[in-house]
Parts: sequence; C-alpha cells; structure tokens
Amino acid sequence: MVAPNGCVMIAGYSDPLDVLLNLQRALDAQTGSGWLQNQTASPGPFPPINVFQQGDNILAIVELPGVDKKDLQIQAKENTIRISGKKSANYPEGSVHRRERVFGEFDRTLSLPIGLDPAGIKAEYRDGVLALLLPRAESEKPRTIKIS
Amino acid sequence: MADRQQLQAQKKREQENREETTIPARVFVPTADIYETQDALTVILEMPGVEKSNVNVRVEEGLLHVEGRLDLNKYQGLQPVHTEYNVGHYARSFQLSSKIDQTKIAAALNDGVLSLTLPKIEEAKPRVINIS
Repeated sequence: MVAPNGCVMIAGYSDPLDVLLNLQRALDAQTGSGWLQNQTASPGPFPPINVFQQGDNILAIVELPGVDKKDLQIQAKENTIRISGKKSANYPEGSVHRRERVFGEFDRTLSLPIGLDPAGIKAEYRDGVLALLLPRAESEKPRTIKIS
Repeated sequence: MADRQQLQAQKKREQENREETTIPARVFVPTADIYETQDALTVILEMPGVEKSNVNVRVEEGLLHVEGRLDLNKYQGLQPVHTEYNVGHYARSFQLSSKIDQTKIAAALNDGVLSLTLPKIEEAKPRVINIS
C-alpha cells in the first residue's frame, strides 16, 4: 500500500554534514504526493503536516508554533485524525513594526489510506511541533506467506 | 486580522542575501512579529522544533542575529510518504532602529516561539519636552 516510490531512506548516511541536505531532498521529493486522499480544495491547509513511515507505523509531524497545548484538540476515528484548535496571541499596546505571523482557528482532518489502531495513537507536543504516532491496525500488517 | 478567519499555512521562506554556509543545506527564515513599546523592542520569532539549548541570539553593531538549530536526530530512520513543509535550521538578522541595552536582553522560548525583549538604553527612550 505504501509504495516507497523512489523514497530515500534517511537513516545511515555516512557523512553527518549531508544529513540535513539529504533530509531536505527526501522531503522535497514527497511534496504533494497523492498518498493522502484528504486533499482539501484550498491550497495550503493549516497546519502543514508531514507524514513519515517508521517501521510498521505512521508518524505525522505537524508544525504548530505558538499554539498552547490546551487549545489543541485531537480526535481519532477509524482511519481519520482530526486536528483542531486555535492560535492566539496577546500583544501589549505599542507600535507594530512587523506582523508576519497569522492567528486564528483551524480544523483539519487527515484521512489515511491505511487502517489505524485508534487505541494506540499517541500524541506529543513539544517546542511547537506535534508528533502523532499512528500505529497500523493489526489486520493491516503484512503477513509472511509460507510457500507450501 | 479577524479572529474567525480560516488559517492558511505559510510557505517557509528560504534565507537569501547572506554568505553561503559551508554546509550545503537550506536555512529558513523564521516568521516574525516585531513591536515597540516605550521601553523596549520585542521580537517574536516562530521556530518550531528548536530546543532552548539550540538558540543563539546576539546583537552586534546595531544588528540582531538570531539562529535556531533543529535537532536532526529526531528524523533518523523516518521515511517520508507525504510532505507539506520542509525542515531546516532557522536564521534571521534585523537592523535595529534604536540603541539596545545589550546586558538586559531577555529571551523566552515557548511552544516553538522565541520572544526577545530588547530594552532600549536610557538615551534612546522618548522624552517629554515641556514647553516653557
């Protein structure tokens, strides 16, 4: 199901200086892949999500800088994950020089093309990055078929 | 900006106009908000994934340099299947408009957002001039 169409493995590069470059290239190569079927109509849905394969499991990494943990909700149902919340900031009065950050509410649903084990989903939010460990359902795991 | 507005993901801007680094990887420009109060200049930078120990802030000759390094170990052994953003270190410099008291710069990192408070030196603060 998860075709590694030309995917580059990141682990095990001999030259540590190339690790970041190779990671960036690997990420670029998978940009806009048709792997997720949830492609919403508008471009640039928030928050941006990277999906990785880690052994049998799926790891989704979401960048949410400035979102308070208590303003973040994650719901899982079958093979869909819903990430919603709000990003807000309170700045004191003063003259504004630059305003590049965006604030507001967000609600995004990810539908994965594989079955998940909803009970085993783990979420961790640290340093503005949400990591969702999505274990593959037992029935989805590949089986070795013995040739008789 | 209206609170109800649907959030859009911002495309990461890559760093430009800077000496090339010896490491061939890309560096991104953190999104910033800057505002000024009577006493200080506050710079807020979004650097998701950067830990406290990997942030470097310095002020030199009216230039503020901020660097945040990403811990790449977390990406070891991961195979991307769908990506919407790229990752890399962050770096950005600002020309400061007022004199800053370097000894009193305060920095805080919360949820991937770095807040820098750069207090102005006494002479740079606005004064009320009484008309006699």
